[in-house]
Amino acid sequence: MHSPHLLSINDLSKVEILEILDTARELARITDGSMKKLPTLRGRTVVNLFFEDSTRTRLSFEAAAKRLSADVINFSAKGSSVSKGESLKDTAQTLEAMGAELIIIRHSSSGAAQRLAESGWVKSHIVNAGDGMHEHPTQALLDAFTIRNHFPEHDRDFTGLRIGIVGDILHSRVARSNALLLTALGAKVVFIAPPTLLPVGVEKWPVEISYNLDQELSTLDAVMMLRVQSERMSDAFFPTEREYARDFGLGTQRLKALKPQAIIMHPGPMNRGLEISAASADSPQSVILEQVANGVLVRMAVLYLLMGGASVPTEGVLV
Amino acid sequence: MSSHDFLLKNVLLSEGARVDIEVRNQKISQISGELNSELPVIDGKGFMALPGLVDLHTHLREPGKENSETVLSGSQAAIKGGYTAVSAMANTFPVADTAGVVEQVARLGTEAGLCDVFPIGAVTVGLAGERLAELSAMAQSQAKVRIFSDDGRCVSDPLLMRRALEYVKSFGGVIAQHAQDPLLTVGSQMNEGLISSQLGLKGWPSIAEESIIARDILMAHYVQSRLHICHLTTKGGVELVRWAKSQGMSVTAEVTPHHLLLTDDLATSYDPVFKVNPPLRTQEDVLALRAGLADGTIDVVATDHAPHPSEDKDCEWNSAAFGMIGLETSLSVVCESMIETGLMDWPTLIKRMSTTPALIGGYREHGRLEVGATANLIVVNPTAKWTVDKSKVFSRSSNTPFHGRTLTSEIVHTFYKGVHVLENGELTGLKYE
Repeated sequence: MHSPHLLSINDLSKVEILEILDTARELARITDGSMKKLPTLRGRTVVNLFFEDSTRTRLSFEAAAKRLSADVINFSAKGSSVSKGESLKDTAQTLEAMGAELIIIRHSSSGAAQRLAESGWVKSHIVNAGDGMHEHPTQALLDAFTIRNHFPEHDRDFTGLRIGIVGDILHSRVARSNALLLTALGAKVVFIAPPTLLPVGVEKWPVEISYNLDQELSTLDAVMMLRVQSERMSDAFFPTEREYARDFGLGTQRLKALKPQAIIMHPGPMNRGLEISAASADSPQSVILEQVANGVLVRMAVLYLLMGGASVPTEGVLV
Repeated sequence: MSSHDFLLKNVLLSEGARVDIEVRNQKISQISGELNSELPVIDGKGFMALPGLVDLHTHLREPGKENSETVLSGSQAAIKGGYTAVSAMANTFPVADTAGVVEQVARLGTEAGLCDVFPIGAVTVGLAGERLAELSAMAQSQAKVRIFSDDGRCVSDPLLMRRALEYVKSFGGVIAQHAQDPLLTVGSQMNEGLISSQLGLKGWPSIAEESIIARDILMAHYVQSRLHICHLTTKGGVELVRWAKSQGMSVTAEVTPHHLLLTDDLATSYDPVFKVNPPLRTQEDVLALRAGLADGTIDVVATDHAPHPSEDKDCEWNSAAFGMIGLETSLSVVCESMIETGLMDWPTLIKRMSTTPALIGGYREHGRLEVGATANLIVVNPTAKWTVDKSKVFSRSSNTPFHGRTLTSEIVHTFYKGVHVLENGELTGLKYE
């Protein structure tokens, strides 16, 4: 990776994306055997700086850092000095003064990770773990990793794959990062959502737009269901949960319309019965738990590459 | 003879004539091709003389936010930028919604003695948009307020807006509307469009501005009152105002220098120095604003000078304050976007930045460079190139979006009521007393 940070999928070339995915695969192979933990980042300090609640993403990064033997400091805004008005700048500088070399940041403000990286406040590597409605690059990387595992003939290139992202595109950083990443790998991405949940200007993105899930289902190789926040309903993005589930939920009937080899994805946490039915979430086509496992591997790869690893690791380098 | 009298030699007027200008007893006493007198001479060779600029939209922050700006520091920034009159917006703490507060601001302006400070009164009590402030009391106060605005907030309640427009007719007032439908812009961060969708910043649709402009144009016409539209930013808004004027409706409009030059793609840096209300729009909007200013659809340039302390900008985008400083760069930015592009000539620029704003505000001692007029005038080097440096501004705040940009035309001298308050770009320490 040429950049010292991972802020956006836009920072990555196709070669770099594949480098991360290959590194993750290699790390998976190495840690599959007796050695679960690698000494690579021993003595290095990584901070989880989470201004938004996200237990699963934080745990995933923590697991990734620990498997590389890094020391991990967890910081969550709730109940901390942030709730007393301390700024992002002060918090980050404080943590760096405690020895942080890499800061994993989750923040409700779009651009917070980029701001931290480019403002000159700190010198650390910055990894964006989700910034507002902007991006969540490691989620997109783990999604691509998961798709690749299921379509081995597309190992280096996703051309020919058609991937649907369904639901609240407007507020979704997962959708933005995936649109960039999957398109960069050659896939065709279709956003499927009611018009109220699509951003103004989306027609200029390199994606297809559809308001009709049923028309698209049989064409998709992967369908990614986005979480629907219940507060969207009160803001009149859609009338009722029932109507949303009827039009855009992956219910049991729609499951049958999918291609047999198509996979069902969800970044979690799921609202079972709303955007995805229990039958779909638990079906053999669902890869949702694989996504979770792959998340740790991809994040290991990102930490490894940002903090010193030059290329795909081998056992020799790692021990 | 006053100790401030002088003879300004060899300056060019905006139409191109080379003249000498004599100032005696705060007035322009003579303008002629060749003047000789006993007065001290200021050589203006190669420079232009213009009437002092007039700003209808300035945030001076005092009282209440003196860490961002004071009436004095704002006056210093004003004369640095060639302004001899500014209009202090009402969103101070306390809000300028009573005769007492507007008189305080006016008095602070007089004490500073560097330029005229005309307070703008709030339309509604506390800018809350619920009930009218005592507009008549402010109009009859020492501050003689004629412009009323809730700027920063929109008078969105149509009935309240109607009443305000009607009420100010009795004393020749004007309502300066900040056109922003609040329900269409809850939490909005930047112009709604391709860039906002990519950046994941909540969009601020052009229609939130245009729908209020359309409503208020019709309303002002219906009640036969005067409406002034603050900081127009969209192509659609320009078209609405153009239509209204073609119908003979009594509406005036302003544009800020930054909306004439900057576009929403600057937000891709996530640097909140580019966060402003109303937001930076697209290049298409910028071109429409320039065309509107050139053809007179937009009557005036107003700075919307909005100082903020660094902690309100040295943070993530969503937490940052809206606003940019603009007094010191205004003329240069207008030159860059209008003169250098060939869209406008100097006589028209003077109308838009001095004569017309003085007329709208009723500032009788401003906007004229002629014999008998009060000597509010500036000397400009129209070809000078300079690079904006935020560490060198006179404003107490440094949130300029033009830092590092090289711009054309520089203010050399500013004379306020005949007093030489700015000389070669530096404060002289003199003031009008």
